[in-house]
Amino acid sequence: MSRAPVRDLLVGLFVLAGLGAVAYLSLSVGRVSYGGPRHMALYADFDETGGLKPRAQVVIAGVKVGQVASITLDQSYRAHVRVDVDAALKLPIDTTASIMTAGLLGDRYVSLQVGGNDKLLQPGDQITMTESAVVLERVIGKLIYGADRGKSQ
Amino acid sequence: MNAIRDLGWAAVRFVADLGGLARFGAQIGRAALSPPVRARLFVDELFKLGVLSLVIICVCGLAVGMVLSLQGYTTLVRFGAEQSLGAVVGLSLIRELGPVLTALLATGRAGSATTAEIGTMVATEQLDALRMMSVDPIDLVATPRALAMTAAMPLLSALFIVCGLFGGYLVGVGLMGVDPGSYMSSLRSAVDFRDDVLGSLLKALIFGVLVGLIATYRGHTAVPTSAGVGAATTSTVVVASVSVLIFDYFITALWGV
Repeated sequence: MSRAPVRDLLVGLFVLAGLGAVAYLSLSVGRVSYGGPRHMALYADFDETGGLKPRAQVVIAGVKVGQVASITLDQSYRAHVRVDVDAALKLPIDTTASIMTAGLLGDRYVSLQVGGNDKLLQPGDQITMTESAVVLERVIGKLIYGADRGKSQ
Repeated sequence: MNAIRDLGWAAVRFVADLGGLARFGAQIGRAALSPPVRARLFVDELFKLGVLSLVIICVCGLAVGMVLSLQGYTTLVRFGAEQSLGAVVGLSLIRELGPVLTALLATGRAGSATTAEIGTMVATEQLDALRMMSVDPIDLVATPRALAMTAAMPLLSALFIVCGLFGGYLVGVGLMGVDPGSYMSSLRSAVDFRDDVLGSLLKALIFGVLVGLIATYRGHTAVPTSAGVGAATTSTVVVASVSVLIFDYFITALWGV
């Protein structure tokens, strides 16, 4: 079997194109994390997550700064949410985390309102001030209940 | 009585076939791991199985992505969720259609050719000639082809998916007027690297092993007549296609890929 320059070139191009496609799927579409200390983990406890899912966005002023890593139930039956945010962010310790909805029926996401304290949150810290998700059914239920009570009085 | 005997014979043949395939696979595995490394033959086969399948894979990927986008849009627009078109096209291509359709296309395009080639070698007693020279035909003929199929399948599948995503983008954004930003952002937020992309590549790799093994085995065990080679080629396409689809179900069910 002898070398065939043209064929070898084509095979090389094929392998490169295939690996390029794999790289595009992994890096651009699949957003593989490169590891390293680029993210910092923060924790926040909520009474109601209203269907927040792992990998949901974490935003400040509508700009994505991280994502929800995990949601677990703690001993006091509150939702214990871990969020990974950009490690370069300097967040004061009086930052508030609230669960919001994109649109009326859209996906849940976590919104951070930055506070004014001089002390900064360190990786692994707990965000103490949280605002739970608003569950639409409960709001409607309260509205109907309130209207009924108003009528009976 | 005769019917039961036929059934028994069919069952025995099936099990014997399965055993033969497993033994053949083990021999290929041993030949692949032990020297000599036949890199030149491997590149040769990669050219035939990979490069020559490139056009059909890209054209089919483009067409599938375009029709997926069209169908997805007409369904999603009923729920007012056409912004999620990127996620629908991306997830169906990456998780399911990419590896499976690539495996089916490669079976028809490259698997059948491999079987016919090896089968003709059997029919013209070329493999016997190799044995006469004490060259193992599995090492020289079957192994490079099976390995090349295994290596080419994930690459072809990834190219199929990228072409499909491009086709879906063309139709969704260009024809249907979905916002380009929301197409890409819904695609990116829906696709996970470990769950979806790695799973897709793993699926393609398993299909590559399956198709490569079946194609070379069928060629190797072909009845040495022209009718026998034809039957072996048909059998490769049927058996490989069916087993790809069956394995696809079990891979998805077991590993949630």
